[in-house]
Amino acid sequence: MAEWTTFSFSQRPTIMPSDQNQGIYLDNNATTMVAPEVVEAMLPYFTEQFGNASSMHQFGDRVGRAIKTARQQVQALLGAELDSEIVFTSCGTESDSTAILSALKAQPERRELITTVVEHPAVLSLCEHLEKDGYQVHYLTVDEKGRLDLDQYRAVLSERVAIVSVMWANNETGTLFPVEAMAEMAKAAGVLFHTDAVQAVGKVPMDLKTTAIDMLSLSGHKLHAPKGIGVLYLRRGTRFRPLLRGGHQERGRRAGTENSASIVALGKACELAQAHLETERRQVAALRDQLEQRLLEVVPNSFVTGDPGNRLPNTSNIAFEFIEGEAILLLLNKLGIAASSGSACTSGSLEPSHVMRAMGIPYTAAHGTTRFSLSRYTTPAEIERVIAAVPPVVAQLRKLSPYWDQDRPAVDTDGQPADFQPVYA
Amino acid sequence: MWDYSETVKEHFFNPRNAGAVAEANAIGEVGSLSCGDALRLTLKVDPETETIQDAGFQTFGCGSAIASSSALTELIKGMTLEQALEVSNQDIADYLDGLPPEKMHCSVMGREALQAAVANYRGEVWTDDHEEGAMVCKCFAVDEVLIEETIRANGLSSVEEVTHYTKAGGGCSACHEGIEEVLARVLAEQGRRFQPSAPPAPAPERQRVAVGMPVMPTHKQASAPADEAKPKLGNLARIRRIEQTLEAIRPNLQRDHGDVELIDIDGKNIFVKMTGACSGCQLASVTLGGIQERICEDLGELVRVLPAQAMAKSA
Repeated sequence: MAEWTTFSFSQRPTIMPSDQNQGIYLDNNATTMVAPEVVEAMLPYFTEQFGNASSMHQFGDRVGRAIKTARQQVQALLGAELDSEIVFTSCGTESDSTAILSALKAQPERRELITTVVEHPAVLSLCEHLEKDGYQVHYLTVDEKGRLDLDQYRAVLSERVAIVSVMWANNETGTLFPVEAMAEMAKAAGVLFHTDAVQAVGKVPMDLKTTAIDMLSLSGHKLHAPKGIGVLYLRRGTRFRPLLRGGHQERGRRAGTENSASIVALGKACELAQAHLETERRQVAALRDQLEQRLLEVVPNSFVTGDPGNRLPNTSNIAFEFIEGEAILLLLNKLGIAASSGSACTSGSLEPSHVMRAMGIPYTAAHGTTRFSLSRYTTPAEIERVIAAVPPVVAQLRKLSPYWDQDRPAVDTDGQPADFQPVYA
Repeated sequence: MWDYSETVKEHFFNPRNAGAVAEANAIGEVGSLSCGDALRLTLKVDPETETIQDAGFQTFGCGSAIASSSALTELIKGMTLEQALEVSNQDIADYLDGLPPEKMHCSVMGREALQAAVANYRGEVWTDDHEEGAMVCKCFAVDEVLIEETIRANGLSSVEEVTHYTKAGGGCSACHEGIEEVLARVLAEQGRRFQPSAPPAPAPERQRVAVGMPVMPTHKQASAPADEAKPKLGNLARIRRIEQTLEAIRPNLQRDHGDVELIDIDGKNIFVKMTGACSGCQLASVTLGGIQERICEDLGELVRVLPAQAMAKSA
């Protein structure tokens, strides 16, 4: 994509999304390719449309109008009642932090929060930090399929809780959470409800005006807009305290000169996402299912993690037992296939993903979980190539593994390694 | 994506000596499924000469774990058991043209498997000395228990000191907040308060550990008492004293596969060259500070220890 730096704004982007030379990209939950139409829409805002939207002249006015259009495009995708409920931020993490810290600041007498054990670090790390400041955080647990227990949730909802923050869809497994029902429960208890919908926006239909959700975070780069742009949806009337002060931008709710090119890009990306929602739900899901079913058929000791009946249409997280995820990714990468893993070694931590541990995925499998996340640009031919490529990779690593013997695991029926007894556990 | 060397990639994609050795008479098994990496090392040892005739590995783990296993088997084939036991995890990493700091533990596992295999051959029981504690510094694999014990043993009170003594926090610095928390907790146990901005307390002389060079004092602290206590040295005696001090420090550095060499003395400026693992190490400046303190103490005067590269600038 380096060529993009050299073309002038009058040229159209010519790069095809599924260029074979670039490999097969099945890591769309990490980030997505910026859609060519989006690049085209944003380019003029780096050049002739460079004005500051706040300025009292035509340079600023044109940018201001473009931002207004973008705000309406985001509003439409989210089903928000008003375009003023859309606050542009720099990323999903900023939106999450803004929402949670605002709720605490606006209600200083409330010293508790509710979230889940499987949130993104953008929420989890912040909550752990807040605990050190004396806040009490209730972490809702999940079952083996990654599902929440609403009775557990009901039990901790009280007037002491400042905010509930629950993700709409989990980034690793794609499991969807009943945020609309949970928001109603929070509303009935008089508690603010925030959802990190970074993975869900553009993949599942939303109509926020018919829900009780008070705040929602989204991130541009997960839906074919660039990195560095996000949105906090803020229901009208929600008590709010800004994270960044220093200017009147975004109606004083987020100071800082508007990132106009990226805002225009996000607006365009939302318009495209809305147009492609059905594609996402049918075509992408069909490809995902095909990939998953075929791999499970061919690869022994593999299974899907999460809740297959209730998840994002683009995500499949498959655990390959007795091998390690980073090694899988390195071999796949050599074959031009990009995926992701919940293994410890890919993250630099020494423990497998907190999501896999929360679901009680056995250690035999947790290190070998591999996430394939598709997009509307994924083609049937690419999926065929992945289906052919993965089984030999798994077999190759199992051949090296001391936990694997010929064509079966070298373990007893109780799951303990039969003849491999390392010194420490 | 990890910045793996070409050699690491080569050994991962084309591992040497994969699989179990036939007629193995020494087996070392370390790691676990829960840790995310495990290694079984099988050796065929000639009982007459105790030479390793063949070595094979089976590894469950990431790219660098597999590459480290492959490198280990290549390194030790043909060695006697005594020679093989001398192979350090740094040797394994060097053989692979280096490993990312966060991945150094992969080479440690290789060395442990080797120790376990030799113990197995000799009919001994090998126990690992793994500390049980949450990992605080991921760059240098330093856990909470070690940090706590080092703080207690040495009366440390700042993050900087913890870095000097344990290396924790000397890499990417993301764990500085975590180190502060450990400090606050341990100091609270002792009835002290953690003050992030306070100057470091002087560390007790005797309890310094090998990996961490001592704290670099401010010039004021170092000079005032020393000047009174020790008589001025003649030129030649002064040079000898500096040489002696450096000689005393070198074994500590060599243990970490580094070294230091005296290049020149120009009045108060002492120029040294850091070599081996010390050259380019993120902690080199910390180490220089430690050397400076030792020389200041031994000479009884205030000097500056500078890297040899600084000679041109100061001249």
